[in-house]
Amino acid sequence: MLQEAALTETKTETHPVTGADLLLRALEKENVEVIFGYPGGAVLPLYDKLYHSEILHVLPRHEQGGIHAAEGYARITGKPGVVIATSGPGATNIVTGLADAMMDSLPLIVFTGQVATGVIGSDAFQEADILGITTPITKYNYQVRSIEDIPRIVKEAFYIASTGRPGPVLIDIPKDIAAGISDQPEEEKEVNLPGYQPTLKPNYLQIRKLTEAVSRSKKPVILAGAGVLHGRASKELKEYAEQQQIPVIHTLLGLGGFPADHPLFIGMAGMHGCYAANMGLTECDLLINIGARFDDRLTGNLQHFAPHATVAHIDIDPAEIGKNVPTSIPIVADAKEALEQLILQDGKPPAHKEWMETILRWQEEYPYFYDKESGRLKPQKVMEMLHSKTEGNAIVVTDVGQHQMWAAQYYRFNKADRWVTSGGLGTMGFGFPASIGAQLADPEACVLAICGDGGFQMSTQELAVIQEMNLPVKIIIFNNMALGMVRQWQEIFYESRFSHSKIPVQPSFVKLAEAYGIKGYVIQSEEEAEELLDEVLHNREPVLIDFRVDPDENVYPMIAPGKGLHEMAGVKP
Amino acid sequence: MKRVICLTVMNRPGVLNRITNLFSKRNFNIESISVGLSEHEGMSRITCVVHVEDSSASEQITKQLNKQIDVIKVTDITDQSIVARELALIKVQAVPYTRNEIYSLIEPFRASVIDVSKDSMTVQITGESDKVEAFIELIKPYGIKELARTGTTAFPRGTQRTSQQSKSYSIV
Repeated sequence: MLQEAALTETKTETHPVTGADLLLRALEKENVEVIFGYPGGAVLPLYDKLYHSEILHVLPRHEQGGIHAAEGYARITGKPGVVIATSGPGATNIVTGLADAMMDSLPLIVFTGQVATGVIGSDAFQEADILGITTPITKYNYQVRSIEDIPRIVKEAFYIASTGRPGPVLIDIPKDIAAGISDQPEEEKEVNLPGYQPTLKPNYLQIRKLTEAVSRSKKPVILAGAGVLHGRASKELKEYAEQQQIPVIHTLLGLGGFPADHPLFIGMAGMHGCYAANMGLTECDLLINIGARFDDRLTGNLQHFAPHATVAHIDIDPAEIGKNVPTSIPIVADAKEALEQLILQDGKPPAHKEWMETILRWQEEYPYFYDKESGRLKPQKVMEMLHSKTEGNAIVVTDVGQHQMWAAQYYRFNKADRWVTSGGLGTMGFGFPASIGAQLADPEACVLAICGDGGFQMSTQELAVIQEMNLPVKIIIFNNMALGMVRQWQEIFYESRFSHSKIPVQPSFVKLAEAYGIKGYVIQSEEEAEELLDEVLHNREPVLIDFRVDPDENVYPMIAPGKGLHEMAGVKP
Repeated sequence: MKRVICLTVMNRPGVLNRITNLFSKRNFNIESISVGLSEHEGMSRITCVVHVEDSSASEQITKQLNKQIDVIKVTDITDQSIVARELALIKVQAVPYTRNEIYSLIEPFRASVIDVSKDSMTVQITGESDKVEAFIELIKPYGIKELARTGTTAFPRGTQRTSQQSKSYSIV
């Protein structure tokens, strides 16, 4: 055996390598900076090689935390987040994160260990059919069947995850493949995927059609979704909107794609969107959707959605066009390329003075509101303070629920890629771990991890990571002693029968933070908040702040399920 | 409405699982699915017959299938001039005094008897689903002991009529 190895060495001038070596080399080739991973039996060969690797490895305290952190990293950098989990339970623990990334189009490369090839299918210790489990919630998945395939598979996986509509790709590696030795020299192979060729360039005729529709329209709006962010097209969106003077509405996930303080920005639309945006979508005669997927939380009842509008839809995923809303101008393209083409057309801007005045009137008459005189600590006020004290420059990462909606409403984003939230899947427990990835993606940024008391308790164990790596994440808990959004729905739709949504028995979050060596504070009033935020937001230390906010506060405006966008409740005090 | 969708896919492990998974994930109803090798090495052909509510639903199926990385080509061939065939094996009770009667049914359908035992015979029939259906109905009274159908497999005819209006048909 030794002799054989020596022979190969002279012949090819490479050492025989293990599968794990090939894997790490492939990751280095893709310029991977950080891995979120959790070791275990089936990935031991890989971890042995990681021992000497220069790639930063982050050890979450639960695999789910690891994959959410990778999602946060991917959302901020636009690069795939890399995750490693062991076979069986390690692999099944990342399932929620995969589903979340699939829904919100986040690029991830997830490696799972697998039992050795010989025992696959025998219900071996820590075996799970992770390919079967994850097929519907990944963009693609692989099981490595031979060592020599590793470089090609990793290369393909990165290509698939990060091009077209991004998404998670899983690579399942049996233990014997990772440990096995190959003496074949590595061959550089081009990615060859005949079944995967995303359309990036828009169809010229459709671009013309849209340009003409814009010129003719009296009430145009742009609905910009996360596709603008994934396509890095914020600059082009601004240029196009300004050129044609079209007002812009954002989806929840699209926030930051267009500057919130821009005069053409109307606001966020949807179930808890602002009045002007929802009315804008209802009354418009031309709706230009750029990279949004007409999610039901955005459209409300489809029968009442944009009833008078000609719908144009720019999306890199052809399956999204016409899926929920009939579309007369379909444009399959990358958002950036489509916008560049539209700008080049330099069409005649629409004559829509009245429309702009109407929108302005809606905005002035029906802004977001809350009771400023109640004497209670209002969550909206806390959001406003966070916004002003970070000058709108923080990276805001949220969990799911009421606090998420308040963050979306009151934190005004003027820059792209400062907003990380779980939109499609609505994953509680996402926010705090995702903030770890966001902070690693932009170490200099002020990262606010905004959580509810419910969601935070789904991922408290990750405090250890913040402590270990001294990440200056600011954990903001909107503590209303309840699962606030569930409580709100029970109040409104179930006659205030608060079935299991109140959680009055809580740990001391301050002591919990202190147990991990992190400073913690309880805030009960605006004055206290004012003082503390000035002190802690600008230092380089992690902190946890338990804001005891008004437990009876609800998120408004609100569209009840089954209602149209124009049937908002709670638009006025 | 019934649609016939033809797929060319990479012959990779798990590809059939991806396709069937997609149908259940997107809540589409499959009537039949048939899979086999195609004229290209490393590629398989899948023929699906699905029931959808309207044309936008069938467009959505086609698009979702197309999005699969292993899927090379998807065509909804329902409105084309196509050749579509299905094979069925039917084991029917046949005692001596009914045997001749069954033979007389088999003849016009151009089915064939491929096995005979003391009290049963096995009939093989190929044709469009309607024809197979009709034959099964006809033979049912005699007592079907076992039935196996392959599902439709189809592709477009070599020559397409210019007018696609009339219903496609084939001479058996």
